[in-house]
Amino acid sequence: MNTDSISKSKYHLNVKVDNKDYKDIKTESILTAIKNMNFKVLEGQFCCLLGPSGCGKTTLLNILSGLDNNYEGNIEFDDGSTLKNSSVGYMFQEPRLLPWLTVKENVEIVTQQTKQEKELSSSILENMGLLKNMESFPSQLSGGMQRRVAIARAFVNKPKILLLDEPFISLDITAANLLRSMLINMWLQQKTTIIFVTHDIREAIYLGDRILFLSKGPSKVIYDYKVNLKRPREMENKDIENLRNELMQDHPSIITGVGEKIL
Amino acid sequence: MKDLFFKNSISLRIFSFLLIIVIWEVAALLVQSRVLPSPLVVFEIFWRELFFGEMLYHLGITLWRVVIAFFIAMIVGTGLGIVMGARKNVNLILDGWHILLLNTPALVTIILCYVWFGLNEVAAVTAVALNKIPNVVVTVREGTRAVDTKLLQVAEVFKLSYKKKFLNFFFPQLYPYIMASARGGIALIWKIVLVVELLGRSNGIGFKLNEFFNLFDIASIFAYTLAFVTVMMFVEFCIALPIERRIMKWRQT
Repeated sequence: MNTDSISKSKYHLNVKVDNKDYKDIKTESILTAIKNMNFKVLEGQFCCLLGPSGCGKTTLLNILSGLDNNYEGNIEFDDGSTLKNSSVGYMFQEPRLLPWLTVKENVEIVTQQTKQEKELSSSILENMGLLKNMESFPSQLSGGMQRRVAIARAFVNKPKILLLDEPFISLDITAANLLRSMLINMWLQQKTTIIFVTHDIREAIYLGDRILFLSKGPSKVIYDYKVNLKRPREMENKDIENLRNELMQDHPSIITGVGEKIL
Repeated sequence: MKDLFFKNSISLRIFSFLLIIVIWEVAALLVQSRVLPSPLVVFEIFWRELFFGEMLYHLGITLWRVVIAFFIAMIVGTGLGIVMGARKNVNLILDGWHILLLNTPALVTIILCYVWFGLNEVAAVTAVALNKIPNVVVTVREGTRAVDTKLLQVAEVFKLSYKKKFLNFFFPQLYPYIMASARGGIALIWKIVLVVELLGRSNGIGFKLNEFFNLFDIASIFAYTLAFVTVMMFVEFCIALPIERRIMKWRQT
Protein backbone atom coordinates (compact mmCIF):
# COMPACT_ATOMS: atom_id res chain seq x y z
CA MET A 1 0.00 0.00 0.00
CA ASN A 2 2.72 2.38 1.04
CA THR A 3 5.23 1.86 -1.72
CA ASP A 4 2.32 1.80 -4.10
CA SER A 5 1.11 5.25 -3.25
CA ILE A 6 4.63 6.66 -3.36
CA SER A 7 5.40 5.41 -6.85
CA LYS A 8 2.12 6.72 -8.24
CA SER A 9 2.25 10.07 -6.50
CA LYS A 10 2.03 13.19 -8.61
CA TYR A 11 2.49 15.89 -6.02
CA HIS A 12 3.13 16.33 -2.41
CA LEU A 13 2.34 18.93 0.16
CA ASN A 14 5.31 20.71 1.68
CA VAL A 15 4.64 21.93 5.19
CA LYS A 16 7.20 24.32 6.62
CA VAL A 17 6.28 26.25 9.73
CA ASP A 18 9.38 28.04 11.02
CA ASN A 19 7.72 29.76 13.92
CA LYS A 20 4.27 30.20 15.40
CA ASP A 21 3.82 32.31 18.50
CA TYR A 22 0.76 32.79 20.60
CA LYS A 23 -0.14 34.97 23.52
CA ASP A 24 -0.94 33.23 26.76
CA ILE A 25 -4.21 34.69 27.97
CA LYS A 26 -3.42 34.41 31.69
CA THR A 27 0.15 35.62 31.83
CA GLU A 28 0.03 37.80 28.66
CA SER A 29 3.46 36.42 27.73
CA ILE A 30 4.38 35.39 24.20
CA LEU A 31 4.92 31.65 23.88
CA THR A 32 6.06 29.53 20.94
CA ALA A 33 3.62 26.83 19.84
CA ILE A 34 5.49 25.49 16.81
CA LYS A 35 9.19 25.73 15.99
CA ASN A 36 10.91 24.42 12.84
CA MET A 37 8.22 22.00 11.83
CA ASN A 38 8.95 20.49 8.41
CA PHE A 39 7.32 17.56 6.68
CA LYS A 40 5.97 16.42 3.32
CA VAL A 41 2.75 14.56 2.70
CA LEU A 42 2.47 12.51 -0.48
CA GLU A 43 -0.63 12.54 -2.65
CA GLY A 44 -3.13 9.98 -1.46
CA GLN A 45 -1.25 9.33 1.76
CA PHE A 46 -2.96 8.86 5.10
CA CYS A 47 -0.67 10.76 7.43
CA CYS A 48 -1.25 10.74 11.20
CA LEU A 49 0.12 13.44 13.46
CA LEU A 50 0.58 12.05 16.95
CA GLY A 51 1.33 14.24 19.91
CA PRO A 52 0.41 15.03 23.49
CA SER A 53 -2.51 17.30 24.31
CA GLY A 54 -1.62 20.95 24.07
CA CYS A 55 1.37 20.37 21.79
CA GLY A 56 -0.04 22.62 19.10
CA LYS A 57 -1.76 20.06 16.88
CA THR A 58 -4.93 22.09 16.53
CA THR A 59 -2.82 25.20 15.99
CA LEU A 60 -1.11 23.43 13.10
CA LEU A 61 -4.42 22.36 11.58
CA ASN A 62 -5.73 25.92 11.86
CA ILE A 63 -2.69 27.07 9.90
CA LEU A 64 -3.14 24.33 7.28
CA SER A 65 -6.85 25.09 6.89
CA GLY A 66 -6.25 28.81 6.45
CA LEU A 67 -8.09 29.83 9.62
CA ASP A 68 -4.83 31.14 11.05
CA ASN A 69 -2.50 33.12 8.77
CA ASN A 70 -0.32 34.59 11.47
CA TYR A 71 2.80 32.40 11.30
CA GLU A 72 6.27 32.32 9.78
CA GLY A 73 6.75 29.69 7.13
CA ASN A 74 5.41 28.39 3.89
CA ILE A 75 2.88 25.73 2.98
CA GLU A 76 2.34 24.74 -0.63
CA PHE A 77 1.98 21.81 -2.98
CA ASP A 78 4.96 21.14 -5.20
CA ASP A 79 2.76 21.61 -8.26
CA GLY A 80 2.78 25.25 -7.23
CA SER A 81 -0.73 25.55 -5.84
CA THR A 82 -1.28 26.70 -2.29
CA LEU A 83 -3.84 25.62 0.25
CA LYS A 84 -5.58 28.97 -0.21
CA ASN A 85 -6.59 28.19 -3.77
CA SER A 86 -7.21 24.45 -3.38
CA SER A 87 -10.19 22.75 -1.89
CA VAL A 88 -9.67 21.72 1.71
CA GLY A 89 -11.90 19.44 3.76
CA TYR A 90 -11.98 19.70 7.51
CA MET A 91 -13.47 17.57 10.22
CA PHE A 92 -13.47 19.20 13.63
CA GLN A 93 -13.38 17.64 17.08
CA GLU A 94 -17.11 18.34 17.33
CA PRO A 95 -19.42 17.60 14.37
CA ARG A 96 -20.24 21.32 13.91
CA LEU A 97 -23.36 20.72 11.84
CA LEU A 98 -25.87 23.50 11.24
CA PRO A 99 -28.82 22.66 13.52
CA TRP A 100 -31.37 24.37 11.24
CA LEU A 101 -30.46 22.30 8.17
CA THR A 102 -31.33 18.67 7.49
CA VAL A 103 -28.63 16.03 7.17
CA LYS A 104 -28.73 16.27 3.39
CA GLU A 105 -28.66 20.07 3.38
CA ASN A 106 -25.74 20.07 5.82
CA VAL A 107 -23.63 18.15 3.31
CA GLU A 108 -24.82 20.02 0.21
CA ILE A 109 -24.27 23.43 1.75
CA VAL A 110 -20.47 23.23 1.35
CA THR A 111 -20.77 22.47 -2.39
CA GLN A 112 -21.91 24.64 -5.27
CA GLN A 113 -25.17 22.66 -5.16
CA THR A 114 -25.08 21.51 -8.78
CA LYS A 115 -27.10 18.46 -9.73
CA GLN A 116 -24.02 16.24 -9.77
CA GLU A 117 -22.85 17.43 -6.38
CA LYS A 118 -26.29 16.82 -4.92
CA GLU A 119 -26.23 13.28 -6.27
CA LEU A 120 -22.74 12.75 -4.90
CA SER A 121 -23.74 13.96 -1.42
CA SER A 122 -26.72 11.62 -1.44
CA SER A 123 -24.61 8.64 -2.47
CA ILE A 124 -21.95 9.39 0.16
CA LEU A 125 -24.65 9.67 2.84
CA GLU A 126 -26.10 6.41 1.63
CA ASN A 127 -22.67 4.78 1.93
CA MET A 128 -22.48 6.02 5.48
CA GLY A 129 -25.78 4.33 6.27
CA LEU A 130 -27.75 7.54 6.57
CA LEU A 131 -30.29 6.93 3.80
CA LYS A 132 -33.16 6.95 6.27
CA ASN A 133 -31.93 10.10 7.99
CA MET A 134 -31.52 12.41 4.98
CA GLU A 135 -34.36 14.66 6.10
CA SER A 136 -33.59 14.50 9.85
CA PHE A 137 -32.20 17.42 11.77
CA PRO A 138 -28.85 16.95 13.57
CA SER A 139 -30.54 17.13 16.97
CA GLN A 140 -32.43 13.94 16.10
CA LEU A 141 -29.20 11.98 15.53
CA SER A 142 -26.80 10.28 17.93
CA GLY A 143 -23.29 11.64 18.35
CA GLY A 144 -21.88 8.91 16.13
CA MET A 145 -24.38 9.61 13.35
CA GLN A 146 -23.67 13.33 13.53
CA ARG A 147 -20.01 12.54 12.98
CA ARG A 148 -20.90 10.42 9.95
CA VAL A 149 -22.59 13.47 8.47
CA ALA A 150 -19.44 15.46 9.23
CA ILE A 151 -17.34 12.83 7.41
CA ALA A 152 -19.68 13.00 4.41
CA ARG A 153 -19.41 16.80 4.40
CA ALA A 154 -15.60 16.60 4.57
CA PHE A 155 -15.43 14.32 1.52
CA VAL A 156 -18.18 15.75 -0.67
CA ASN A 157 -16.00 18.38 -2.37
CA LYS A 158 -13.32 15.77 -3.19
CA PRO A 159 -10.78 17.91 -1.37
CA LYS A 160 -7.17 18.01 -2.43
CA ILE A 161 -6.32 17.67 1.23
CA LEU A 162 -8.49 16.56 4.12
CA LEU A 163 -7.72 17.60 7.69
CA LEU A 164 -9.14 15.79 10.70
CA ASP A 165 -8.72 17.02 14.25
CA GLU A 166 -9.27 14.15 16.74
CA PRO A 167 -12.75 13.62 15.30
CA PHE A 168 -13.58 10.44 17.22
CA ILE A 169 -12.86 11.43 20.81
CA SER A 170 -15.82 11.43 23.20
CA LEU A 171 -17.37 8.44 21.40
CA ASP A 172 -17.68 4.93 22.78
CA ILE A 173 -15.28 2.31 21.39
CA THR A 174 -17.79 0.57 19.11
CA ALA A 175 -19.06 3.77 17.54
CA ALA A 176 -15.52 5.08 17.13
CA ASN A 177 -14.34 1.85 15.45
CA LEU A 178 -17.27 1.91 13.03
CA LEU A 179 -16.50 5.49 12.07
CA ARG A 180 -12.81 4.70 11.62
CA SER A 181 -13.62 1.93 9.16
CA MET A 182 -16.07 4.23 7.35
CA LEU A 183 -13.36 6.86 7.11
CA ILE A 184 -10.93 4.31 5.65
CA ASN A 185 -13.53 3.21 3.09
CA MET A 186 -14.16 6.79 1.95
CA TRP A 187 -10.42 7.41 1.76
CA LEU A 188 -9.87 4.27 -0.34
CA GLN A 189 -12.69 5.30 -2.68
CA GLN A 190 -11.61 8.89 -3.20
CA LYS A 191 -7.84 8.48 -2.69
CA THR A 192 -7.80 11.68 -0.72
CA THR A 193 -4.65 13.02 0.92
CA ILE A 194 -5.31 13.04 4.64
CA ILE A 195 -3.70 14.65 7.66
CA PHE A 196 -5.20 13.13 10.78
CA VAL A 197 -4.40 14.52 14.21
CA THR A 198 -4.68 12.25 17.25
CA HIS A 199 -3.16 11.49 20.62
CA ASP A 200 -4.17 7.81 20.45
CA ILE A 201 -1.29 5.65 19.16
CA ARG A 202 -3.54 2.67 18.36
CA GLU A 203 -5.82 4.84 16.28
CA ALA A 204 -2.78 6.20 14.44
CA ILE A 205 -1.47 2.69 13.72
CA TYR A 206 -4.89 1.49 12.58
CA LEU A 207 -5.51 4.42 10.22
CA GLY A 208 -2.19 5.72 8.99
CA ASP A 209 0.26 4.93 6.24
CA ARG A 210 2.65 6.94 8.30
CA ILE A 211 2.86 8.48 11.75
CA LEU A 212 4.63 11.72 12.54
CA PHE A 213 5.47 11.99 16.23
CA LEU A 214 5.34 15.54 17.53
CA SER A 215 7.20 16.84 20.57
CA LYS A 216 5.73 18.80 23.43
CA GLY A 217 5.48 22.52 22.71
CA PRO A 218 7.18 24.23 20.97
CA SER A 219 6.13 21.50 18.62
CA LYS A 220 8.24 19.87 15.90
CA VAL A 221 8.46 16.47 14.21
CA ILE A 222 10.70 14.16 16.27
CA TYR A 223 10.10 10.85 14.50
CA ASP A 224 8.72 9.79 11.14
CA TYR A 225 7.35 6.25 11.24
CA LYS A 226 6.09 4.20 8.32
CA VAL A 227 3.27 1.80 9.26
CA ASN A 228 3.98 -1.54 7.59
CA LEU A 229 0.66 -3.25 8.14
CA LYS A 230 -1.48 -4.71 5.41
CA ARG A 231 -4.97 -3.34 4.89
CA PRO A 232 -7.70 -4.09 5.75
CA ARG A 233 -6.60 -3.79 9.36
CA GLU A 234 -8.55 -4.68 12.47
CA MET A 235 -8.68 -2.25 15.34
CA GLU A 236 -9.03 -5.01 17.95
CA ASN A 237 -6.19 -7.03 16.55
CA LYS A 238 -2.90 -8.28 17.96
CA ASP A 239 -0.91 -6.72 15.13
CA ILE A 240 -1.79 -3.24 16.26
CA GLU A 241 -1.07 -4.09 19.88
CA ASN A 242 2.29 -5.66 18.90
CA LEU A 243 3.30 -2.67 16.81
CA ARG A 244 2.42 -0.36 19.64
CA ASN A 245 4.54 -2.35 22.10
CA GLU A 246 7.40 -2.51 19.62
CA LEU A 247 7.34 1.24 19.21
CA MET A 248 7.25 1.77 22.96
CA GLN A 249 10.25 -0.51 23.43
CA ASP A 250 12.36 0.76 20.60
CA HIS A 251 11.69 4.42 21.08
CA PRO A 252 10.71 5.01 24.69
CA SER A 253 11.93 8.59 24.57
CA ILE A 254 9.57 9.42 21.73
CA ILE A 255 6.65 7.85 23.46
CA THR A 256 7.33 9.66 26.70
CA GLY A 257 7.78 12.80 24.65
CA VAL A 258 4.37 12.20 23.20
CA GLY A 259 2.94 12.17 26.68
CA GLU A 260 0.93 10.36 29.22
CA LYS A 261 -2.35 10.38 27.33
CA ILE A 262 -1.27 7.61 24.97
CA LEU A 263 -2.79 4.27 25.78
CA MET B 1 -65.31 13.54 31.33
CA LYS B 2 -64.74 16.54 33.56
CA ASP B 3 -61.06 15.72 33.77
CA LEU B 4 -60.78 15.50 30.03
CA PHE B 5 -62.40 18.91 29.65
CA PHE B 6 -59.90 20.63 31.92
CA LYS B 7 -56.91 18.85 30.46
CA ASN B 8 -57.70 20.05 26.97
CA SER B 9 -55.91 23.36 26.42
CA ILE B 10 -58.38 24.62 23.79
CA SER B 11 -61.43 24.08 25.98
CA LEU B 12 -59.58 25.78 28.83
CA ARG B 13 -58.94 28.80 26.63
CA ILE B 14 -62.61 28.95 25.61
CA PHE B 15 -63.65 28.56 29.22
CA SER B 16 -61.42 31.46 30.26
CA PHE B 17 -62.85 33.61 27.46
CA LEU B 18 -66.45 32.86 28.47
CA LEU B 19 -65.60 33.52 32.10
CA ILE B 20 -64.53 37.08 31.39
CA ILE B 21 -67.73 37.74 29.40
CA VAL B 22 -69.79 36.50 32.32
CA ILE B 23 -67.87 38.65 34.84
CA TRP B 24 -68.30 41.65 32.52
CA GLU B 25 -72.04 41.04 32.12
CA VAL B 26 -72.57 40.65 35.86
CA ALA B 27 -70.54 43.80 36.61
CA ALA B 28 -72.50 45.77 33.99
CA LEU B 29 -75.79 44.59 35.49
CA LEU B 30 -74.70 45.61 38.99
CA VAL B 31 -73.31 49.03 38.02
CA GLN B 32 -76.06 49.97 35.55
CA SER B 33 -74.08 52.91 34.10
CA ARG B 34 -73.08 54.38 30.73
CA VAL B 35 -69.40 53.98 31.64
CA LEU B 36 -69.67 50.18 31.75
CA PRO B 37 -71.93 49.01 28.91
CA SER B 38 -72.97 45.37 28.84
CA PRO B 39 -71.30 42.99 26.38
CA LEU B 40 -74.58 42.69 24.45
CA VAL B 41 -74.74 46.41 23.75
CA VAL B 42 -71.07 46.44 22.74
CA PHE B 43 -71.56 43.51 20.41
CA GLU B 44 -74.55 45.17 18.80
CA ILE B 45 -72.54 48.34 18.08
CA PHE B 46 -69.66 46.23 16.84
CA TRP B 47 -71.97 44.45 14.40
CA ARG B 48 -73.57 47.68 13.17
CA GLU B 49 -70.23 49.50 12.75
CA LEU B 50 -68.67 46.53 11.01
CA PHE B 51 -71.33 46.06 8.37
CA PHE B 52 -72.98 49.47 8.10
CA GLY B 53 -70.44 51.88 9.61
CA GLU B 54 -66.86 52.99 8.98
CA MET B 55 -65.16 50.43 11.16
CA LEU B 56 -63.50 48.44 8.36
CA TYR B 57 -62.07 51.59 6.79
CA HIS B 58 -60.47 52.77 10.04
CA LEU B 59 -59.34 49.29 10.91
CA GLY B 60 -57.65 49.00 7.52
CA ILE B 61 -55.87 52.35 7.85
CA THR B 62 -54.54 51.49 11.29
CA LEU B 63 -53.46 48.03 10.24
CA TRP B 64 -51.61 49.45 7.27
CA ARG B 65 -49.71 51.85 9.55
CA VAL B 66 -48.88 48.99 11.93
CA VAL B 67 -47.52 46.84 9.10
CA ILE B 68 -45.38 49.58 7.54
CA ALA B 69 -43.97 50.73 10.89
CA PHE B 70 -43.34 47.12 11.90
CA PHE B 71 -41.31 46.28 8.83
CA ILE B 72 -39.31 49.50 8.93
CA ALA B 73 -38.53 48.95 12.61
CA MET B 74 -37.56 45.29 12.14
CA ILE B 75 -35.33 45.90 9.10
CA VAL B 76 -33.56 48.98 10.46
CA GLY B 77 -33.32 47.55 13.98
CA THR B 78 -31.93 44.20 12.79
CA GLY B 79 -29.37 45.88 10.56
CA LEU B 80 -28.18 48.21 13.32
CA GLY B 81 -28.23 45.40 15.88
CA ILE B 82 -26.00 43.18 13.73
CA VAL B 83 -23.50 45.95 13.01
CA MET B 84 -23.42 47.09 16.65
CA GLY B 85 -23.07 43.52 17.89
CA ALA B 86 -20.30 42.64 15.47
CA ARG B 87 -18.25 45.86 15.46
CA LYS B 88 -17.07 47.21 18.79
CA ASN B 89 -16.23 50.68 17.46
CA VAL B 90 -19.59 51.17 15.79
CA ASN B 91 -21.23 50.13 19.03
CA LEU B 92 -19.20 52.67 21.00
CA ILE B 93 -20.28 55.44 18.62
CA LEU B 94 -23.96 54.53 18.43
CA ASP B 95 -24.59 53.22 21.93
CA GLY B 96 -25.07 56.65 23.52
CA TRP B 97 -27.65 57.68 20.89
CA HIS B 98 -29.28 54.31 21.28
CA ILE B 99 -29.72 54.67 25.05
CA LEU B 100 -31.06 58.20 24.52
CA LEU B 101 -33.68 56.96 22.06
CA LEU B 102 -34.49 53.92 24.20
CA ASN B 103 -35.36 56.19 27.11
CA THR B 104 -37.22 58.90 25.19
CA PRO B 105 -40.94 58.64 25.98
CA ALA B 106 -43.07 57.59 23.01
CA LEU B 107 -45.11 60.76 23.37
CA VAL B 108 -42.02 62.97 22.94
CA THR B 109 -40.96 61.14 19.76
CA ILE B 110 -44.46 61.48 18.34
CA ILE B 111 -44.78 65.20 19.12
CA LEU B 112 -41.31 65.97 17.71
CA CYS B 113 -41.98 64.00 14.50
CA TYR B 114 -45.24 65.91 13.93
CA VAL B 115 -43.53 69.24 14.67
CA TRP B 116 -40.56 68.54 12.40
CA PHE B 117 -42.15 66.64 9.51
CA GLY B 118 -45.71 68.01 9.64
CA LEU B 119 -49.01 66.28 10.36
CA ASN B 120 -48.62 63.58 7.70
CA GLU B 121 -48.26 59.81 7.16
CA VAL B 122 -44.44 59.90 7.00
CA ALA B 123 -44.23 61.59 10.38
CA ALA B 124 -46.75 59.18 11.87
CA VAL B 125 -45.03 56.01 10.66
CA THR B 126 -41.55 57.36 11.47
CA ALA B 127 -42.63 58.17 15.02
CA VAL B 128 -43.91 54.63 15.54
CA ALA B 129 -40.83 52.99 14.01
CA LEU B 130 -38.48 55.16 16.08
CA ASN B 131 -40.16 53.86 19.21
CA LYS B 132 -39.58 50.24 18.29
CA ILE B 133 -36.13 50.35 16.64
CA PRO B 134 -34.13 50.67 19.92
CA ASN B 135 -35.84 47.55 21.34
CA VAL B 136 -35.04 45.53 18.23
CA VAL B 137 -31.43 46.72 18.42
CA VAL B 138 -31.10 45.54 22.04
CA THR B 139 -32.26 42.01 21.23
CA VAL B 140 -30.49 41.54 17.89
CA ARG B 141 -27.23 42.96 19.24
CA GLU B 142 -27.33 40.40 22.05
CA GLY B 143 -28.01 37.70 19.47
CA THR B 144 -25.06 38.79 17.33
CA ARG B 145 -22.75 38.70 20.34
CA ALA B 146 -23.94 35.17 21.15
CA VAL B 147 -23.24 33.84 17.63
CA ASP B 148 -21.29 30.58 17.61
CA THR B 149 -18.05 31.39 15.77
CA LYS B 150 -17.24 27.68 15.53
CA LEU B 151 -19.99 27.36 12.91
CA LEU B 152 -18.65 30.38 11.04
CA GLN B 153 -15.24 28.65 10.92
CA VAL B 154 -16.89 25.79 9.02
CA ALA B 155 -17.85 28.26 6.28
CA GLU B 156 -14.29 29.60 6.29
CA VAL B 157 -12.42 26.29 5.99
CA PHE B 158 -14.73 25.14 3.20
CA LYS B 159 -14.02 28.47 1.47
CA LEU B 160 -17.68 29.39 1.03
CA SER B 161 -18.69 32.77 -0.35
CA TYR B 162 -19.33 35.66 2.00
CA LYS B 163 -22.97 35.68 0.99
CA LYS B 164 -23.42 32.01 1.82
CA LYS B 165 -21.60 32.40 5.11
CA PHE B 166 -23.88 35.28 6.10
CA LEU B 167 -27.18 33.81 4.91
CA ASN B 168 -26.68 30.18 5.93
CA PHE B 169 -24.21 30.19 8.81
CA PHE B 170 -24.68 33.55 10.53
CA PHE B 171 -28.20 34.86 10.00
CA PRO B 172 -30.13 31.71 11.05
CA GLN B 173 -28.40 31.95 14.44
CA LEU B 174 -30.28 35.23 14.92
CA TYR B 175 -33.75 33.82 14.14
CA PRO B 176 -34.76 33.21 17.77
CA TYR B 177 -33.77 36.77 18.67
CA ILE B 178 -35.51 38.31 15.65
CA MET B 179 -38.65 36.28 16.31
CA ALA B 180 -38.68 37.34 19.96
CA SER B 181 -38.40 41.01 19.09
CA ALA B 182 -40.95 40.68 16.27
CA ARG B 183 -43.59 39.24 18.59
CA GLY B 184 -42.96 41.85 21.25
CA GLY B 185 -42.90 44.39 18.44
CA ILE B 186 -46.40 43.77 17.11
CA ALA B 187 -47.91 44.32 20.55
CA LEU B 188 -45.93 47.50 21.20
CA ILE B 189 -46.40 48.99 17.75
CA TRP B 190 -50.16 48.82 17.54
CA LYS B 191 -50.49 50.51 20.90
CA ILE B 192 -48.25 53.36 19.80
CA VAL B 193 -50.01 53.67 16.44
CA LEU B 194 -53.25 54.47 18.28
CA VAL B 195 -51.55 57.31 20.17
CA VAL B 196 -50.04 58.64 16.95
CA GLU B 197 -53.50 58.62 15.34
CA LEU B 198 -55.09 60.28 18.32
CA LEU B 199 -52.55 63.11 18.26
CA GLY B 200 -52.33 63.93 14.60
CA ARG B 201 -54.32 61.90 12.10
CA SER B 202 -57.90 62.24 10.92
CA ASN B 203 -58.55 58.54 10.46
CA GLY B 204 -57.73 55.19 12.04
CA ILE B 205 -58.84 53.50 15.26
CA GLY B 206 -56.95 55.97 17.47
CA PHE B 207 -58.73 58.90 15.82
CA LYS B 208 -62.13 57.24 16.29
CA LEU B 209 -61.42 56.42 19.94
CA ASN B 210 -60.68 60.08 20.60
CA GLU B 211 -63.91 61.07 18.86
CA PHE B 212 -65.95 58.63 20.99
CA PHE B 213 -64.17 59.85 24.10
CA ASN B 214 -65.25 63.43 23.32
CA LEU B 215 -68.84 62.21 22.81
CA PHE B 216 -68.59 60.08 25.95
CA ASP B 217 -69.63 57.07 23.87
CA ILE B 218 -67.99 54.36 25.95
CA ALA B 219 -69.84 51.49 24.24
CA SER B 220 -68.31 52.42 20.88
CA ILE B 221 -64.86 52.63 22.46
CA PHE B 222 -65.36 49.06 23.66
CA ALA B 223 -66.59 47.97 20.23
CA TYR B 224 -63.61 49.45 18.37
CA THR B 225 -61.15 48.07 20.90
CA LEU B 226 -62.75 44.66 20.57
CA ALA B 227 -62.40 44.83 16.79
CA PHE B 228 -58.75 45.74 16.90
CA VAL B 229 -57.78 43.26 19.56
CA THR B 230 -59.50 40.54 17.54
CA VAL B 231 -57.48 41.46 14.46
CA MET B 232 -54.22 41.49 16.43
CA MET B 233 -55.01 38.11 17.96
CA PHE B 234 -55.64 36.79 14.48
CA VAL B 235 -52.24 38.14 13.41
CA GLU B 236 -50.61 36.50 16.42
CA PHE B 237 -52.17 33.06 16.08
CA CYS B 238 -52.63 32.75 12.34
CA ILE B 239 -49.53 34.56 11.03
CA ALA B 240 -46.82 35.01 13.67
CA LEU B 241 -47.08 31.61 15.36
CA PRO B 242 -47.14 29.48 12.20
CA ILE B 243 -44.16 31.41 10.79
CA GLU B 244 -42.26 30.88 14.02
CA ARG B 245 -43.11 27.17 14.06
CA ARG B 246 -41.89 26.82 10.53
CA ILE B 247 -38.61 28.62 11.12
CA MET B 248 -38.00 26.84 14.42
CA LYS B 249 -38.95 23.40 13.12
CA TRP B 250 -35.48 22.04 13.89
CA ARG B 251 -35.83 22.99 17.54
CA GLN B 252 -38.97 21.01 18.26
CA THR B 253 -37.29 17.65 18.10
